Amino acid sequence: MSEAVTLRIWRGDAEGGEFREYQTSTSEGEVILDVIHRIQAEQANDLAVRWNCKAGKCGSCSAEVDGKPCLLCMTRMDLFETDETITVAPLKAFPVSRDLVTDVSLNYELAKKVPPFNPVPPEPDGTYRMQQIDIERVQEFHKCIECFLCQNVCHVIRDHDDNKKHFAGPRLFIRVASLDMHPLDATDRKDLLADELGLGMCNITKCCTEVCPENIRITDNAIIPLKERVVSRRYDPVVWLGRKLRSRT
Amino acid sequence: MADFETHQYDVVVVGAGGAGLRAAIEASAEGARTALVCKSLLGKAHTVMAEGGIAAAMGNVYPEDNWKVHFRDTMRGGKMMNDWRMAQIHAQEAPERVHELERWGALFDRTDDGRILQRDFGGHRYARLAHVGDRTGLEMIRTLQNNAVHRGIDVFMECTITRLLTSEAGISGAFGYWRESGRFVAFSAPAVVLATGGIGKAFKVTSNSWEYTGDGHFLALTVGADLIDMEFVQFHPTGMVWPPSVRGILVTEGVRGDGGVLRNSLGDRFMFEYIPEMFRTETAETEEEADRWYTDKKNARRTPDLLPRDEVARAINSEVKAGRGSPHGGVFLDISSRRDADYIRRRLPSMYHQFKELADIDITTAPMEVGPTCHYMMGGVRVDPETQQSTVPGLFAAGEVAGGMHGANRLGGNSLSDLVVFGMLAGRHAAEHSTASGSPAPVPEEVLDGHAEEALAPFNEHGEENPYSIQNDLQECMSSLVGIIRTESEMLEALDRLKVFKERLARVHVEGHRQYNPGWHLALDLRSLLTVSECIARAALERQESRGAQTRDDFPTTDDQWGKRRVVIRQQDGEVVVSQEPLSEMPEELRQLVEEEG
Ligand SMILES: Cc1cc2nc3c(=O)[nH]c(=O)nc-3n(C[C@H](O)[C@H](O)[C@H](O)COP(=O)(O)OP(=O)(O)OC[C@H]3O[C@@H](n4cnc5c(N)ncnc54)[C@H](O)[C@@H]3O)c2cc1C
Ligand code: SF4
Ligand code: SF4
Ligand code: FES
Repeated sequence: MSEAVTLRIWRGDAEGGEFREYQTSTSEGEVILDVIHRIQAEQANDLAVRWNCKAGKCGSCSAEVDGKPCLLCMTRMDLFETDETITVAPLKAFPVSRDLVTDVSLNYELAKKVPPFNPVPPEPDGTYRMQQIDIERVQEFHKCIECFLCQNVCHVIRDHDDNKKHFAGPRLFIRVASLDMHPLDATDRKDLLADELGLGMCNITKCCTEVCPENIRITDNAIIPLKERVVSRRYDPVVWLGRKLRSRT
Repeated sequence: MADFETHQYDVVVVGAGGAGLRAAIEASAEGARTALVCKSLLGKAHTVMAEGGIAAAMGNVYPEDNWKVHFRDTMRGGKMMNDWRMAQIHAQEAPERVHELERWGALFDRTDDGRILQRDFGGHRYARLAHVGDRTGLEMIRTLQNNAVHRGIDVFMECTITRLLTSEAGISGAFGYWRESGRFVAFSAPAVVLATGGIGKAFKVTSNSWEYTGDGHFLALTVGADLIDMEFVQFHPTGMVWPPSVRGILVTEGVRGDGGVLRNSLGDRFMFEYIPEMFRTETAETEEEADRWYTDKKNARRTPDLLPRDEVARAINSEVKAGRGSPHGGVFLDISSRRDADYIRRRLPSMYHQFKELADIDITTAPMEVGPTCHYMMGGVRVDPETQQSTVPGLFAAGEVAGGMHGANRLGGNSLSDLVVFGMLAGRHAAEHSTASGSPAPVPEEVLDGHAEEALAPFNEHGEENPYSIQNDLQECMSSLVGIIRTESEMLEALDRLKVFKERLARVHVEGHRQYNPGWHLALDLRSLLTVSECIARAALERQESRGAQTRDDFPTTDDQWGKRRVVIRQQDGEVVVSQEPLSEMPEELRQLVEEEG
């Protein structure tokens, strides 16, 4: 039941590299990560690729297949014609470490810049009351598996290396939104968003939303509301003062 | 001298899942300079994959629930092999640890009155699992991760520990390599917390990732720590079975908790035929009673679909053997005919997605095919229940790598709670230990050189063995000879084969260079994997009875004498040595709790 396939996989490191062709087989129901593992086990023991859960839950296996950013463990082989060669490359927006593995440490560095969750005092019994409906939006953001595919496709980062210093990117906007819209959080992060995280540089192309494997509506539900909040907070002194006072108590 | 970087800390935590993160947070809160080391990127540990929930007797859904009932359920689920004191601490502390996660920003699903919602799971008398749909582990690990990054903990990600360092006083640090560069790192620290998780990669069909090679078990053993309960390997009853590439991927018990039932090829709910004596009084006898139980816990008893995992896994195994299995060698798990599509998608979004994307099955309209998959290691490093310190001073263990808490079988949801309850204790006591003991004696350079040389051996030797084929053969061997159903002759054969694998590993050869080389990483992980496999086979051979996760064809019943004994494993002169020890006696008031009828 197995069929022959050809993969072109990028091999190399920070210094440079090239695509190499591998012929192997694939059987019913496989995903591209299965085929890469077969190549690794049989032909290229040192082929570097990240993975953990193999079920779209951990966000480790991001790469670009035929130029399209995706999770290798959720990309089915039956999407491709068997006679076509499938090209697998590392994420473009991050520096290559080796083969399909890229250096995503910048995302972890940026995360440190976001002031932590800062809850209001609990109920007298030491716990909190929240209605399901009030937490659903933030639960959507909490689905993020940190695959960084959104960071990879965002043109602000992808096409301009210099921007990385002033633009945190969609993943981080999701993180800030999840704090900002958290019913219990009492910190104001809007100056940070505008001044340090570069929210203004996003021009709402929605590429991030399209690529998100968790179907988080990054632009509509996080970025646009954040932009609105930054604007009203900066230009509406009453709202601004109200929030300031609230966050002081 | 080999080229390596060195670091000094008060506490080094190996592993960044729930247990490691919680330990690191506590150690650093206690003022310890803390390092957190993990094989993958931060946030990708197994904990992220946990689905169904975290067990804690908060009594939000059933006010009748309290730590005593939780304790009882845990002990009975563990077939009384649990370290009773750990089970007690766990049941008492879990609610506070869950509330703490909420204070740190976790958003669990809510009850109508705004508190944390709890769901039914196997072996738990009341709906007890706090959850977020079916992605609870993600919520938990991200909450801990976000908390940890603001505490000045130094994170060493994609860094693998290959050896622990010791002096006469006990632990003095850890040695490892950066996966990206292949360069070596030596940590000097008077306290090390192992939080490395489990051993699933010893088996062919498993819900576990490449990381689960038993490193922590191996590291502890090699510095003289005791391992206990190594015969108890949990096979989760419901892993995916089709297509082959996803075989073993977990289907959460939450499917049954939320109303799903198991059926054989005849359409029968076969679990009613497999109710063991121990659970008869608390299990429903008819389908009508079982269905009523979901909404009326007072007047109906629990569905046998939610018996503890060992019982369900064995039952599925028997149905398949009897020829009543599904087309691909599993059984059917059906929720589509019992709950409406909206409910299923809301409660089990990631199961819905997983089956749709990977198996072309819409679980709201068709049943799933499921079968047992190697899931969890009950056995592990023996620890003091109050401090989580192992039998080696300065070496602590928490989470899946630690033994005792779950006895012969773990209840679903009791792992996530275990991680935070004991992770915290381990972190605290590791910090205290480091304050009390001060900086350790420096490790002689020759020792570090030796560790570096050992790690590089797969490059130098003129070997010819491919690490991937050794792993593959090992998995075949363990699955067929030391799997769900065991017997003496097969386990002896497994031990013979393990010797051959060790010889093959000595002749392993990896291509390429040290930079991010998975073949090399596997060759090093295989050391741990072969050693824990041997521990499992030896312990399983030693225990001549069937109990919990250990099912012996040649000793098919439980034996009261064995119910009082624990199998302990140590390393002496480089050899794995097995012995038996009496279990500690449970105080009378706890015994009464456990013996209460359901
Ligand atoms: C699919 C799935 C679903 C589950 N669902 C549930 C559930 O609903 N409820 C529940 O209670 N339990 C569940 N479990 C079990 C539970 O998730 C695990 O037992 C638990 O997460 C283990 O946590 P841990 O902190 O002990 O280890 P892990 O989270 O596995 O972390 C281990 C860490 O150790 C590191 N490590 C290992 N070896 C080394 C080394 N040599 N050097 C450096 N670092 C190392 C790894 O990189 C990793 O960071 C589930 C498990 C799986 C696989
Ligand atoms: S919407 Fe904004 S953040 Fe998203 S890809 Fe476009 S520019 Fe980037
Ligand atoms: S928001 Fe979506 S695409 Fe971006 S990192 Fe998270 S899961 Fe990935
Ligand atoms: S391996 Fe976890 S998302 Fe692909």
